[in-house]
Amino acid sequence: MTMTTNTTTTNTATAKISVQGVRKTFQLKNEEFVALDHVDLDIADNEFVTVVGPSGCGKSTLMNILAGLEEPSSGHALVDGEEVSGPGPERGVIFQQYALFPWLTVRKNVEFGLKVGGVPKAARRERAEYFIRMVGLEQFADALPKMLSGGMKQRCAIARAYAVNPSILLMDEPFGALDALTRVKLQEQLLETWNREKRTVMFITHDVDEAVFLANRVIVMAARPGRIYETVEVDLPYPRTEDVRLSPEFGELRNRVWHAVYHQEPGTNAGTTSSSPTA
Amino acid sequence: MERVIEMTDESERDKSEQAAARAVAAGSTATTALAVAAPRSGGKPPRRSRVSKRTKLIVLNCISVVAGIAIWWILALNGFQFPTPPEVVEKAIQLWNAGILQQDILASLGRVLTGFLLGSAAAVPVGFLMGWYTVGRGLFEPWIQFFRTIPPLALLPLVLVLLGIGEVPKVFVIFLAAFLACVISTYQGVVNVDRTLINAARVLGAKDGAIFVRVVVPASTPFILVGMRVGLGSAWATLVAAELLAAPAGLGYRMQQAQLYYDLATIFVSIVVIGILGLVMDRLLLLAETKLTGWQERR
Ligand SMILES: Nc1ncnc2c1ncn2[C@@H]1O[C@H](COP(=O)(O)OP(=O)(O)OP(=O)(O)O)[C@@H](O)[C@H]1O
Ligand SMILES: [Mg+2]
Repeated sequence: MTMTTNTTTTNTATAKISVQGVRKTFQLKNEEFVALDHVDLDIADNEFVTVVGPSGCGKSTLMNILAGLEEPSSGHALVDGEEVSGPGPERGVIFQQYALFPWLTVRKNVEFGLKVGGVPKAARRERAEYFIRMVGLEQFADALPKMLSGGMKQRCAIARAYAVNPSILLMDEPFGALDALTRVKLQEQLLETWNREKRTVMFITHDVDEAVFLANRVIVMAARPGRIYETVEVDLPYPRTEDVRLSPEFGELRNRVWHAVYHQEPGTNAGTTSSSPTA
Repeated sequence: MERVIEMTDESERDKSEQAAARAVAAGSTATTALAVAAPRSGGKPPRRSRVSKRTKLIVLNCISVVAGIAIWWILALNGFQFPTPPEVVEKAIQLWNAGILQQDILASLGRVLTGFLLGSAAAVPVGFLMGWYTVGRGLFEPWIQFFRTIPPLALLPLVLVLLGIGEVPKVFVIFLAAFLACVISTYQGVVNVDRTLINAARVLGAKDGAIFVRVVVPASTPFILVGMRVGLGSAWATLVAAELLAAPAGLGYRMQQAQLYYDLATIFVSIVVIGILGLVMDRLLLLAETKLTGWQERR
């Protein structure tokens, strides 16, 4: 595994994340289930990529591979040109189920990564404070997760991921369980944060609007086998305001992604990278 | 509507816990008991209707206790061979003044606490080993499953032969009772730790040691505490029975002696004291549970 590192480093020096010919199979009772097949994907530094696709197309599996929680059956997952071999603090993960430690306060949750990383107490406090303020939870710093609403929990999870200063954020349907209002608010906050603290983001969602609104690029996946079906470049300007959301360009992109998600022809790839709409 | 559900929910849980404790006390295996006695969450801010309902319950409890004592008294006055309540109180005072009651309480409490603390202290690491390492589970499980089906008291004759009639055999069976109740619960707690929490810790940079200390231990605390409560009930039941067989002092021993002299009042005193001590210890553990597991979400 480590032997390939040197040769690949030069090839993919430009991409922050590089997925090369990844295939992932799960052994079911008496057959092999192909969760991912021939997945190739490069994500540039500071790029915001969203991934949409029908349920079961392998979005979470792809993310888990990049997070280092699962290994590809074949192919390579590279981060900064290095083969992924387990989780690392340079990759922050935000889970759909929040995954806050219920016995720790918001502050302690945010400090968790710093604590296990051996950051001294004072520095830990200060960093946690900063990110708690960033997500607007300063009034709840000493509250337990059970006292927070879903949106607040997710904000806490985002602060926790940011606190260890990862250069990559992997987000698996982070807003999936939230109501539409909270969702739009958090989308705007997330973009604001991303504008201030640039990171490479891979954001999984079910929601076509969300995918287009957030991304530089939307990856549409298909199931059986899980694969990349189409890539849609989103050349809309940041900051993405409500005007952007209501613009005809947005509508056009949205329709294209919608079509790619809901009118997939089985077994084929649309594959082509769509050109950007007129600016 | 919602509050009603909460109340029933709570009393239901209380019942199941008592049932669990009884099942163990009765010497049956803890299998079903543990399945039922899920960890409970801590206190909730009281609400008005809840408080009034609670008051009502307490009033009813008091009425019930008073009525019970009244029936006892009436029966005692009507030819039953019971001592009357005042006679029992008088006997208790008499035993206390003679220093006998304190001595018995100390002897019994000493045994039960030693056995219980050692049992829990051993159960927690073993439970963790079983839940965390396949090797640990493979090695420990057959023995624990086997001994779980034997009431600890059934081992007493063997233990008495092997270890003599001193303190060691009694403490040992109590240890065993507490250990067996607690170890399974701890094991289940470890196995049930949410995978996403472990993954969350891993992606934040935690290695195995930190995951264990900072995630697995706190996440299984509710299970451990339930196990300890069941273990305590089990230890207490075993203690009294062990003292009936062989002891120089203790509440069980005192009852046994009293039986020889047909001293019913002393037997009653012992029973009441055993009940009160058991209740107090259980409430103390419940308090610890509420304090330590208040973070749990109620669902
Ligand atoms: N550990 C596993 N064992 C067996 N099959 C698995 C495992 N994990 C995932 N799968 C299968 O792989 C496929 C892809 O799963 P994955 O969770 O990646 O889908 P997804 O795109 O994230 O779906 P959703 O949008 O519903 O979250 C699914 O069909 C799932 O049943
Ligand atoms: Mg998923």
